[in-house]
Amino acid sequence: MGRIVVDVMLKPEILDPQGQAVRGALPRLGFEDFTDVRQGKRFVLSVDGPVTDDHLAQAREAAQTLLSNPVIEDVVDVHELTHDEPEQAPITGATGSSGGAA
Amino acid sequence: MRIGVVTFPGSLDDHDARRAVDLCGGESVALWHRDADLRGVDAVVIPGGFSYGDYLRAGAISRFAPVMTEVIRAAAGGMPVLGICNGFQILCESHLLPGAMIQNDHRTFICRDQRLRVESTATAWTSQFEQGEEITIVLKNQDGQFVADEPTLDRLEGEGRVAFRYLGENPNGSYRDIAGITDERGTVVGLMPHPEHCVETGFGPSLDGRRFFTSVIERVVSA
Repeated sequence: MGRIVVDVMLKPEILDPQGQAVRGALPRLGFEDFTDVRQGKRFVLSVDGPVTDDHLAQAREAAQTLLSNPVIEDVVDVHELTHDEPEQAPITGATGSSGGAA
Repeated sequence: MRIGVVTFPGSLDDHDARRAVDLCGGESVALWHRDADLRGVDAVVIPGGFSYGDYLRAGAISRFAPVMTEVIRAAAGGMPVLGICNGFQILCESHLLPGAMIQNDHRTFICRDQRLRVESTATAWTSQFEQGEEITIVLKNQDGQFVADEPTLDRLEGEGRVAFRYLGENPNGSYRDIAGITDERGTVVGLMPHPEHCVETGFGPSLDGRRFFTSVIERVVSA
């Protein structure tokens, strides 16, 4: 099963209330050096079999039409999830026998 | 005068909106999000609530409901459409109105009697107000901060398409104190406050909500 990552961020000029809430909490935990926090969204799209160029093209289209609102958000990245990245959490309800607890 | 009110999963003001239509002299018609059918109505209200749980963005998934395809088509033909609160967000996600709504700048839910100034009476839903009139309408939202880029805001102001502005302290951080806007021809209106809660003596702070509905009823009856 292949996976495609879509990362969406609020546009830089749009206020990010969630990020500001996190920013406000950091100093209380002793993290004094972070001057700003922006919180984004990551979508992980799964396909049967390996990821193809067509899958990536469809993911880019979905990113622009549903996953983001171009008025307030930018799609900052669409790419195939590779093993170079941290392990993703198992997808609840995924079919197949590979999932489940150890 | 038949006014449709759409129900989505998570709509919670659809019954109030239908009641308001009936109290103001119209005939309300229940519309269902999965039906690509407007049942021959003369106007549509997209009510408030939490459509589809607002999981992705407020209004984002509702925008693709079968009924919205028909609403968008009818709006293009000039049918009056009013979006209230979450309904306003759905109209923005549908590109019937410009801009978008994000979380309130103070990050808390707000519920209060909100004073507004009527900035445009040249719409299907505001013709019975006086230009510049100050009214009080219930406001209740979490994601009520209206945002748009500067050119869009300038265009809205320049074309007289700001329909309502907040008076007093800005309740949610909306750019330029904008509480409601209209489309180019003045038939599609969206606002965050809830006129359907201000139509009956003893309920809500005023009866100012009535004229939203009587405006559109008069318009359609006289058309």
